[in-house]
Amino acid sequence: MTPTLQVFLIISATLFSIGLLAVLSRRHAIFILIGIEIMLAAANLNFIAFWRFGPQPQPPTGVMIALFSIAIAAAEAAVGLAMVIAVYRHYHTTNVDQLDQLRG
Amino acid sequence: MNSAAFIVTAIFTVAAALAAATLRNLMHAALSFAAAFVGIAALFFLLGAEFVGLALVFIYIGAVAVLVVFTILLTRRDVGKDRGFNWGGASVAVAVFACLTWSILKTQSLAIGAPHIATLTVKRIGAALMTTYVWPLQCVGILLTAALIGALILVMEERR
Repeated sequence: MTPTLQVFLIISATLFSIGLLAVLSRRHAIFILIGIEIMLAAANLNFIAFWRFGPQPQPPTGVMIALFSIAIAAAEAAVGLAMVIAVYRHYHTTNVDQLDQLRG
Repeated sequence: MNSAAFIVTAIFTVAAALAAATLRNLMHAALSFAAAFVGIAALFFLLGAEFVGLALVFIYIGAVAVLVVFTILLTRRDVGKDRGFNWGGASVAVAVFACLTWSILKTQSLAIGAPHIATLTVKRIGAALMTTYVWPLQCVGILLTAALIGALILVMEERR
C-alpha cells in the first residue's frame, strides 16, 4: 500500500489539531508560539502534499508557496519571541492569564 | 514512496508534536518541538520536496528552536514548569480534528495515488525564484529585514 493524498491530509489535520491544543491549553507564552509554529508546518505539509499529488505546473507552485510560508513563519517566530522577552521585562511573568491590564 | 518508512515517520512526527504540546517541563517540550520538525522534514523528503525539507531543518532546528531555548533561558526565573491545563481547549482541539478528518474521509476525489513526476531539482526552484517569483522573493527579503530590526528594537534596553 502506498500512501494516498488522504493519508497526508489526515496527518496534516492531526498536526494542526495538536498545534491548536497547545495554543488553547497552554498558559506559557512561548508554548503558544510553538503551537502556532506547528499549525503553520501543518499548512506547509498540505501545500507540499497537494503539489505532489496534483497536476504538475511548470514552475512548481506548491513548493514555492511553502518556501515563502516558511520564511514568513521564521519572521513571525523572531518577532513573537522578542515580544515574549519584552513582556517578561515589563510584567515579570510569561503567563498569559496574568497579562490582563487591558481588561475592562 | 516506501510505505514502511512513511508509517514510522508519521508516527514519530505526531508523537513528537504531541509531546511538544503537552509536556510539563519547558526544556523537554522545546526539544520535542525540534524532533517534530525533523519528522515533518522527513515527510517532505518522502514527498519529493528535498529542498523544502532541508530549508525546514535549517530554519526551524537551526534557528527557531535555538531562539526558543534562549527565550526559555532568559525568562527562567518565572516558572520552571507550565502549570495548569485547560480542558476546554483540549475539547475544542479534538472537535476540530474530528471535523477535519470526517470531511477529508468523505471527499472521494482525495483518495488518489501519487503520479510519477520529474525530480524537482534545485536548479528548477532557483530558476523559478529568479524569474516568475522574483518580486515575491524581494518582498520576503524586505519583510525578513524589517522583522529582524523590529525584534531587535523590541528587546533593546530602554534608556532612562
